Amino acid sequence: MRADLIALLPELMLATLAMAVLLAGLASGKARHGLLGAGAVLALAATGVTLWLAAGATDPGAHFFSGMFVLDHFAIFFKALFLLTAALVVLLSHDYLKRNDYRPGEYLALVMFATVGMMTMASGVNLAVIYVGLELMALSTYILAGYFRREVKSHEAAAKYFVLGAMSSGILLYGLSLIYGATGTLDLATLARVLASAKPGPSALVGVALLACGFLFKVAAVPFHVWTPDVYEGAPTPITAFMSVGPKAAAFAMFLRVFIGGLAPLAASWIWLVGVAAALTMIWGNVAALTQDNVKRMLAYSSIAHAGYALVGLVAGGPAGVNSVLFYMLVYTVTNIGAFGFVILLESRGYAGETVADYAGLARRHPAAAFGMLLFMLSLGGIPPTAGFMGKLYLFAAAVNAGYVWLVVVAVLMSAVSLYYYLRIVLQMYLREGDGAEPATLVAAPWTERVIWACGVAVLVIGLLPAPFLAAARAMAGAVGLL
Amino acid sequence: MNAYIPVLLFIVIAIAFPLITFVFAWILRAGRYDPIKLEPYECGNPITSEAHDYRFSVRYYLIAVLFVVFDVETVFLFPWAVMFRKLALFGFVEMLVFIGILVVGYVYAWRRGALQWV
Amino acid sequence: MLDLLWLVPALPLAGALALLAGALRFGKRTTTAIGVGSAGLTLAAVAAILVQYAGMHGETVARHVFNWISAGDVTVDFALRLDPLSAVMLSFVTLVGFVIHVYSIGYMHTEGDRAYARFFAYLNLFMFAMLTLVLGANLVVMFIGWEGVGLCSYLLIGFYFDKEYCAAAGIKAFVVNRIGDFGFLLAIFWAFKVFGTVDFAGMATALAADPGRYAAAVTPIALLLFVGAIGKSAQLPLYVWLPDAMAGPTPVSALIHAATMVTAGVYMVVRCNFIYRLSPTAMLVVAAVGGVTAIFAATIGLAQNDIKKVLAYSTVSQLGYMFLAAGAGAFAGGIFHVFTHAFFKACLFLGAGSVIHACSGEQDMRRMGGLAKKIPVTYWTFMVATLALCGIPPFAGFFSKDEILGRVFAAGAGNLNGFGASYLVLWALGLAAAFLTAFYMFRAVYMTFHGEFRGTPEQWHHVHESPGTMTWPLKILAAGSALVGLLGVGTAITFGTDLNWFESFLHRVAPTVEVEHAPALATEWVLILLSVAVALAGILLARRFYSGAEAFAAPQRMAERAPAVYAAVANKYYVDEAYDRAVVRPLGKLARFSWKGIDTIAIDGTLNASAFFTEIAGDLLRFLQTGNVRNYALFVLCGALAAAAWLLL
Repeated sequence: MRADLIALLPELMLATLAMAVLLAGLASGKARHGLLGAGAVLALAATGVTLWLAAGATDPGAHFFSGMFVLDHFAIFFKALFLLTAALVVLLSHDYLKRNDYRPGEYLALVMFATVGMMTMASGVNLAVIYVGLELMALSTYILAGYFRREVKSHEAAAKYFVLGAMSSGILLYGLSLIYGATGTLDLATLARVLASAKPGPSALVGVALLACGFLFKVAAVPFHVWTPDVYEGAPTPITAFMSVGPKAAAFAMFLRVFIGGLAPLAASWIWLVGVAAALTMIWGNVAALTQDNVKRMLAYSSIAHAGYALVGLVAGGPAGVNSVLFYMLVYTVTNIGAFGFVILLESRGYAGETVADYAGLARRHPAAAFGMLLFMLSLGGIPPTAGFMGKLYLFAAAVNAGYVWLVVVAVLMSAVSLYYYLRIVLQMYLREGDGAEPATLVAAPWTERVIWACGVAVLVIGLLPAPFLAAARAMAGAVGLL
Repeated sequence: MNAYIPVLLFIVIAIAFPLITFVFAWILRAGRYDPIKLEPYECGNPITSEAHDYRFSVRYYLIAVLFVVFDVETVFLFPWAVMFRKLALFGFVEMLVFIGILVVGYVYAWRRGALQWV
Repeated sequence: MLDLLWLVPALPLAGALALLAGALRFGKRTTTAIGVGSAGLTLAAVAAILVQYAGMHGETVARHVFNWISAGDVTVDFALRLDPLSAVMLSFVTLVGFVIHVYSIGYMHTEGDRAYARFFAYLNLFMFAMLTLVLGANLVVMFIGWEGVGLCSYLLIGFYFDKEYCAAAGIKAFVVNRIGDFGFLLAIFWAFKVFGTVDFAGMATALAADPGRYAAAVTPIALLLFVGAIGKSAQLPLYVWLPDAMAGPTPVSALIHAATMVTAGVYMVVRCNFIYRLSPTAMLVVAAVGGVTAIFAATIGLAQNDIKKVLAYSTVSQLGYMFLAAGAGAFAGGIFHVFTHAFFKACLFLGAGSVIHACSGEQDMRRMGGLAKKIPVTYWTFMVATLALCGIPPFAGFFSKDEILGRVFAAGAGNLNGFGASYLVLWALGLAAAFLTAFYMFRAVYMTFHGEFRGTPEQWHHVHESPGTMTWPLKILAAGSALVGLLGVGTAITFGTDLNWFESFLHRVAPTVEVEHAPALATEWVLILLSVAVALAGILLARRFYSGAEAFAAPQRMAERAPAVYAAVANKYYVDEAYDRAVVRPLGKLARFSWKGIDTIAIDGTLNASAFFTEIAGDLLRFLQTGNVRNYALFVLCGALAAAAWLLL
């Protein structure tokens, strides 16, 4: 019992602190942005410390709560990543919330609740636990997407996200119940044993297919990506940044754990399904991004494409594949948060009124921030010496070594296509002069700028010195028991 | 498989109960209708409009959702109360935590004015 | 202390980062404290390390800092290596580097605060790169330093980037160096392919274990490495950037383009001597390029009037000597000349800087003269360094140059690798270059310091000795020029008693290639006297031509008698013009063709076509994205059904 509670302590702590932030926000009204933001960051940091202590105090191979919960290296890596993501998003939101005059309390609490859900997803080794975490995360993000209630687009995003998310949850649950019906268990280790011992019947296969659909919906893979552009465009930009990295990484954590772990015996069946989805996702995401004029929409399609790249690592499987996905999630997180940070700086002219043309001539007016954006665009496009290059390199290397050359060919071709739209922004910033009487300028948002700086440095450091980060990811994925 | 037989029975009863009720009502009642009798029942007030035309205040839903939350709480409290002695201190603390979380939500809803009918 | 080896490159890097992080907004005082302070701390750290290392009998110390790249079976560590060779380089790079940092305080004091901070930031960055280059335990780490010093060189040559010729000189240096770097890179790839490692110790072990296995690869790797060395150390045919590099501030010329960076090529060849000694062809190529460069640059030096240009061509020529030594198997001898040269050439450049400073920026020796009276400290230190460069005993250059000439002669007489005749010719070239060196250096001394002043009266009135921050470095370096030669006194001079500490120290990592029949003691003494005599002859000729009442008359007559020859020499044999015709312009044409012909029509055409189709596809996808949530739901449902159907069927 004691060990169980220690393993769960980070989640318990964050949930409690989230409630505290919620109540504090209630007491202080909307005036106390700084205080509440600082409180949220401190809470996330304290949770990080607790995570570290809890990891030290428990056995990475042990199971808790009757075998439903683990705190292995894989889970620790993802939890640390989620906490980092949440902290960056909180910092990113500070100036933005203040400028748009929305209450910080509920917002911060919801981000923290979503983080609790994500952390639970990373630790669950029982499909029911994973599902509970997933719902906690999803419900929080539905509300966050619609948080800017004075904006019609934000409403639209929340409504669409909720309806489609509920539907995908339904599909997922149906898959779960079919699997449970066929095997009589929700525990991943038992599931693997049962599936390995007997030839699975049609209900198990349909269950796996529906489970895959539910997961693909969460990572926004084709053809379950349809919600993404509308939701990403309409949601408050820091929340878009959050959704594009946090819940996506969490979805990958459960995807890896369930498919590479529990459903490994059925790999022959699902691997082609996921492989084809990966290829379609890369093609669709990149091609559709080409014609977008709205930068948030473009980044939404770009995040679809990146889910496709990460799926390549999942298909590759094995320690190398898992390792590369972990590393890629880290790389993608710092890059994408930085890129959205820049979008936030530019969103000065009305809500979400940021077209590619607004970027014209920004390099001259804001050289430092524009340089950061240049780094993020290069990193998303996978150009050295940025982190994105290293991330793609390891993903593709894992896939080639596992024999999925055709998938890597698609991935590399699509990376080339993606350069077109990433560099379009760079081109606008550096080579075009803003036409019109009133060129767009960036708002003064010190915390957002600091986050951009931090992400920019991280992108360069990971790109130039990938070894320690890779070693971390490798140590984490090294014990790919996942069960 | 035998473990599921009670569930099956439950489903059968759930379907059968309204059916049987309707059938008995149909057999027993006297079939004399007039326009007043065919009106929807609205606590005795005269009808002002068709149900399709009328928009309900969003507060109905808010109250309904809050009701469901506390309804579920009661559903959870019942089996706990039955097993209270067996669950002992652990169960007591667990339930305190659960109620504590609900209280936080309740305080929040109250303070934000969700219970006020403007 | 040896565990703190990483501090040596880290300290100047910290200095550079601090100056850059201060956004170059520090005042001069802060900048000096950080910039010169970090150089001083580096010197202190190196001193402490070397004191400890002195007791270790030349063992090799390797320190792994971090694992840098690991991809598949490629593993490259950021590892540092301290052995006698890198210890020697460390000692003078940090000492000369620190002295020049101090000198720069005075020399750059007229600059604005920002330029001053920028200068010291670059200078610190250079120290970091140079020390990384020296300490690198494998070719890749060395290459980082190599590129780093190249970058700093580019930044510092173009320091006055608002002047067009400075910016152009910077670009020229960078581009020419890239040609060499390309060879170096190819060598690294080749070495990795052949040896499976780029670690110096690993490669040496592999070669020692089974030389026959790598026989075919040794010569190409050695030659490609040498291509890199040619670029960095300004040898024929890639020397053209170095004279132009004098556009940078004088301390930069002294530190980077005389004492340290340009000797990196020699260092690299000696560092890889375990490869070179297995390839007679590569050895001969190294020696030949060095010998020919030595005489070629010396002749150009005869007709230069810019005091820094004279020194620049002298540097090219002396670097030629160093390669000549390495090519003749005298690896320690080559490094010894690197070592002594660092002192006297840095001293000469700083002296030239002091002269230029005194003459309010004048660099043309035709408008100088008689300065010895007004700036005596500069004069005497310049004199000591000049005598050292000319090889007059007992100054430092004598010992090192004599060692080189003696070894080359021995290689010729002892028929090294069967190329005896070639080495004898190279020896003759080296001897002739020694004569020319003495001549052009004393020409510079007479034109600058003796006779009557030939500038304007205002300039003469303004001439003054430099401040202490500039003269003290001169004194230190002059003392070095006079004394450091005693570290490597040749065996012949002491009649066979081995007092050559330098060579025995380096013996472990860079043993000299011995020939079978060493020349007799008497022969060696003849050679020594011959080289001194040749130097003295050069000095006397310069005295006759450029001093006294008849000054300038004789060279004037000669120039008139053979105008074509004089023009050719004064215009540096038209090499720059030839390169322009043969390389730069055709490349420009090719570039224009690639742009207008290939790029716009062929590549852009194809790209535009494919982009056109991709865009159409994008539009189609856009059509599917209706924004209607019911359509989306249908989409998701169809996807789920398709997935289920797939797994079932």
